[in-house]
Amino acid sequence: MSEFIQYTLQGLAAGGFYALSALGLAVIFGVLGVVNFSHGACYMLGAVISAVLLAELHVGFWVALLVVPILMYGFGVLMERLLVRWLLALDPLYNFLLTFGLTLILVEAVKQRYGVSGLPYEIPAGLGGQVTIGSVNLSVYAIFACVFSVVVCVGVGLALTRTRIGMIVRAATEAPERTRALGINVGRWVTPVFGFGIALAGLAGVLAAPTRAITAEMGSNFIIVLFAVVVIGGLGSILGAVVAGFLVGLVEAYGIAYAPTYAQIVIFVLMALVVLVRPSGLFGREEIA
Amino acid sequence: MTDDTTSTASSAGARTATASAPAAERRSRMLEVTGLSAWYGEARVLSDVSIDVAPGEVVTLVGRNGAGKTTLLRSVMGLHPQMQGTISLDGADLGRRSADARARAGIGWVPDDRGIYASLTVAENLLLPPVVHPDAWPIERVYEFFPVLHERRDFPGTKLSGGEQQMLAMARVLRMGSRLLLLDEPSEGLAPVIVQRIGEIIREIKGQGVGVLLVEQNVKFASTVADRHYLLAQGQVVEHLGNDDFTAREGELLTYLGM
Repeated sequence: MSEFIQYTLQGLAAGGFYALSALGLAVIFGVLGVVNFSHGACYMLGAVISAVLLAELHVGFWVALLVVPILMYGFGVLMERLLVRWLLALDPLYNFLLTFGLTLILVEAVKQRYGVSGLPYEIPAGLGGQVTIGSVNLSVYAIFACVFSVVVCVGVGLALTRTRIGMIVRAATEAPERTRALGINVGRWVTPVFGFGIALAGLAGVLAAPTRAITAEMGSNFIIVLFAVVVIGGLGSILGAVVAGFLVGLVEAYGIAYAPTYAQIVIFVLMALVVLVRPSGLFGREEIA
Repeated sequence: MTDDTTSTASSAGARTATASAPAAERRSRMLEVTGLSAWYGEARVLSDVSIDVAPGEVVTLVGRNGAGKTTLLRSVMGLHPQMQGTISLDGADLGRRSADARARAGIGWVPDDRGIYASLTVAENLLLPPVVHPDAWPIERVYEFFPVLHERRDFPGTKLSGGEQQMLAMARVLRMGSRLLLLDEPSEGLAPVIVQRIGEIIREIKGQGVGVLLVEQNVKFASTVADRHYLLAQGQVVEHLGNDDFTAREGELLTYLGM
C-alpha cells in the first residue's frame, strides 16, 4: 500500500509535466492548426536553460521557474513570426515537417554545446528529502511538482473560462474558421497563443530538471508520449489534454513499477483502447474524429 | 463598373416577369454579387452568378444538393478563396477582405450545422462576437425574445436541442447587429412548429430592415417568408422569380428540383 501511494505520487508528478505540455500543444493545435513536433525539444530547452542558468550564472530554481517560461515565450514568438506563420496557409503537413526539422536542429545544437552526458541539476533547497505521512515516505519535490502543475493548470483553466480572451481562445480552438466568420480577428491571437504554448512546455522542462537526466535527447521520448496524451484526451480539447496528461503519468508510473517489461508500451495500449471505444478521445467531439 | 451596368441590365430583363419585386428597393442594394464563379480544386461549382439583396428583403437560393448554394454563401462570407467576380456590401467592394472584417462590416453567418460552440455556454455563444452596429439587439432583448436561451444560458451550447441551437445561431447574429444575414437551411431537420417559429423570426428581422439571403430546400417554407427567389442548378442561376410566381409554380418547381 505504501509503495502504491509512492508510485501514484510519482505518476502524478510526471503527469503534471505531460499535462502542462499537452495543454500548450492543444491550444497551439486548436488555434493555429499546427501539430508542433518541436514541443518535446522545447521541454528539453526549458530543462537545459535551467541547468545552464544555474551552472554559468548561478541563477537558482525559483528564478528559473519564472525566467525560463518568459524566455521560451520569446522563443515561441520568434518561431511563429519567422517560420510557422509563413506556412499556415499551406497543408498542415508543412508545419509538421518544419517543426520536425527544428527539433533536429535544436537537439543537435544542444549536443554540440553541452555534449551527450546529462547536465547536473539538484533538487532546490527546501524541497529535498522525504516527508513521512503515517507509514508512507513521500518525496517532497514530487509533491511540490504535482501541486505546482495542478495550480498552473487550474490557473490556465480559470483564465480560459473566466476571461474574454479565454473565451476567444476556446472558440478559436474549437472552430477557427467559424470564429473568424463571427467577426473575431483570430490572427491577432495566433502569435501570443503560440508563445504561450511554448512557454508551458518550457515550464514543464524547468519542473522536470531536478528529477530527470537533462540531455539533448530528453524530449524525444517525451514528444511521443505527448502525442499519445493528446490522442487520449481528444484532439482540440483543452480539458482532455490536462486530464489525459495526469492519467498517462499515472499509467506510466504503475507500468514501470508493476510491469517493467511492458512499461514502454502500456501507454500505447491505453491509447489503442481509448481510440477503440471513443475514436475522438475521452473529451474530443465527434466531428473531429 | 462595367460589370455593374451589365448585371443591372440582365437582371432587369429577368425582372420583367417578376411583378412582385418592388421597384423602390431595387435602388438601395445591400448585397450585390456580380459574375461570381467559384471552384473546388479543378471543379467549377459556380458559374457567373449575379444576385442581389436589398435591406429588409428576404431572398432565397433554391436548388438541389450540390447546386452551389452553400458555396455562394461561403464566398460572400469570405470563406471560399477560390472565386472570381465581385461581391459588394452597401456599394463597397469586399474584394479580398477577410471573413472577420466582413462580419464586422455587418454580414452575419448562420451555417448549416448551426455553428454552436460545445466549449462555450449558451450565454458565451451569444456574447462571443463583437457588436458591429447600433441597431444590435441588447442581450436583454435577445433573452426576452428567446426565453429558452435565458433559461439555458449556463448550459454548454451543444446541450440544446436542434431547434434551440438554430434559435441560438440566429440570436447570436442579431446580438451582433448584423445587417445582412446568410441563413443556410435554417429549417433543415426541424419539427414543423419550430420551422414556423423560425419563419416568425425571419419576418421580425425583415421588419427591422435587415436583409436576409436564405438557402432553402423547403419550397413551402421559402414561399412563406421570401420576397424573391433565385433557382440555382449546376452552379448557375436558371430562374429569378418574385414570390407570387414562385407560389403559383410551386408544383412545377418541386418536380424540377426533384423534391
